[in-house]
Amino acid sequence: MLLPLTPSQTVGPFFSIGLLHAPMLAELVPAGTPGAIRVHGVVFDGAGEPVTDALVELWQADPAGRYPAGAAGAGGFSGFGRSGTAADGRFDFLTVKPGRVAGPAGTLQAPHLNVGIFARGLLRRLATRLYFPDEEAANAEDPLLSGLAPAARAALIAEPAGEASVRLDIRLQGPGQTTFFAL
Amino acid sequence: MEPGVDPPYLYPDYGSTRLRAPSEPLVVVAHTLSELTGPVYGASAIGELDADLTRQHAGEPLGERIVVTGRVLGSDGRPLQGQLVEIWQANAAGRYLHEADRHDAPLDPNFSGAGRCLTGDDGSYRFTTIKPGAYPWRNGPNTWRPQHIHFSLFGRAFSERLVTQLYFPGDPLLEHDAIVRSIPDDAARRRLVASLDFDVTVPEWALGYRWDIVVGGRHETPPDED
Repeated sequence: MLLPLTPSQTVGPFFSIGLLHAPMLAELVPAGTPGAIRVHGVVFDGAGEPVTDALVELWQADPAGRYPAGAAGAGGFSGFGRSGTAADGRFDFLTVKPGRVAGPAGTLQAPHLNVGIFARGLLRRLATRLYFPDEEAANAEDPLLSGLAPAARAALIAEPAGEASVRLDIRLQGPGQTTFFAL
Repeated sequence: MEPGVDPPYLYPDYGSTRLRAPSEPLVVVAHTLSELTGPVYGASAIGELDADLTRQHAGEPLGERIVVTGRVLGSDGRPLQGQLVEIWQANAAGRYLHEADRHDAPLDPNFSGAGRCLTGDDGSYRFTTIKPGAYPWRNGPNTWRPQHIHFSLFGRAFSERLVTQLYFPGDPLLEHDAIVRSIPDDAARRRLVASLDFDVTVPEWALGYRWDIVVGGRHETPPDED
């Protein structure tokens, strides 16, 4: 017999006082870490306006393709970070690119970041992924990407944004909407 | 997931959903390690006074002191040990310590309104805090949020991440609140309301409320083909 779940409610506009604190911030690795990349973008609403009070969360594997297990926060790579969007709607992480992780039925997934989005006006979290533009071969055989229509697939692949930097905007609604998942 | 538990993304009575709810249906994906793992935080993420919001400043905050406790459980009934529970709330006057809160109510120099703790072996968490005040919000011409405390939980996996709100029993604003009413099922709404509990109450010092939280997979997922 399963217990009934506790319902979700919006994170509201004032989450920063409770959720944006060390060690769970936007720098998953210290500045200057070899291989560090900037992962950034803007969250847009259905009118094309930047969402200035969203919370973006990342969960990712390490460069060897292993998800961190055991207690994080005592140093080492936690695989988790949070970035509140700024007045221009921008989130901005510093992390390292994850390795490949096993997928269903013996497949191998392309490197990806698991992304959660919370905001005022979102009664439940939105979940998506970010894939990397320089991983064409791995992206081509990724089981999740392969099951999507071309536009839905393209909406998950970041674009190069200068040296050691990728950008992926998140569109909550309307044309070019980000592909969101039921987990 | 049983129907009616979680709100829909689009709930027009809650005006902010209108431009933020996705217009395309969610894509159901098979669970992989990406969905079945999640961050784990240990004692090093918690400060000594993080679970007592009344002792984080030189003086005591104003308002009605309360204890809020309960267990974090998986949907299989098992207690989740070592779960990081994060909370944030308005002060007794209904004001958040946040630059975007423009409610004309006083800040309390002795109250920040944020707390954290780890669940114990039985899945229990416990906070000492102040009962938050109700406050107006701009969802309509005369709309007020019921008294509430925001809760954030990780569950056992990225797929189980949950952010929700605790409400207080007998609050007459509950039936008028669009965020509460967005939950389709009335029984599910009631699961967000804590219970006054005299076993939690500390005599001569603080009323106690009990609220259990159940986390789990929120969508039907196709079985892995393995």
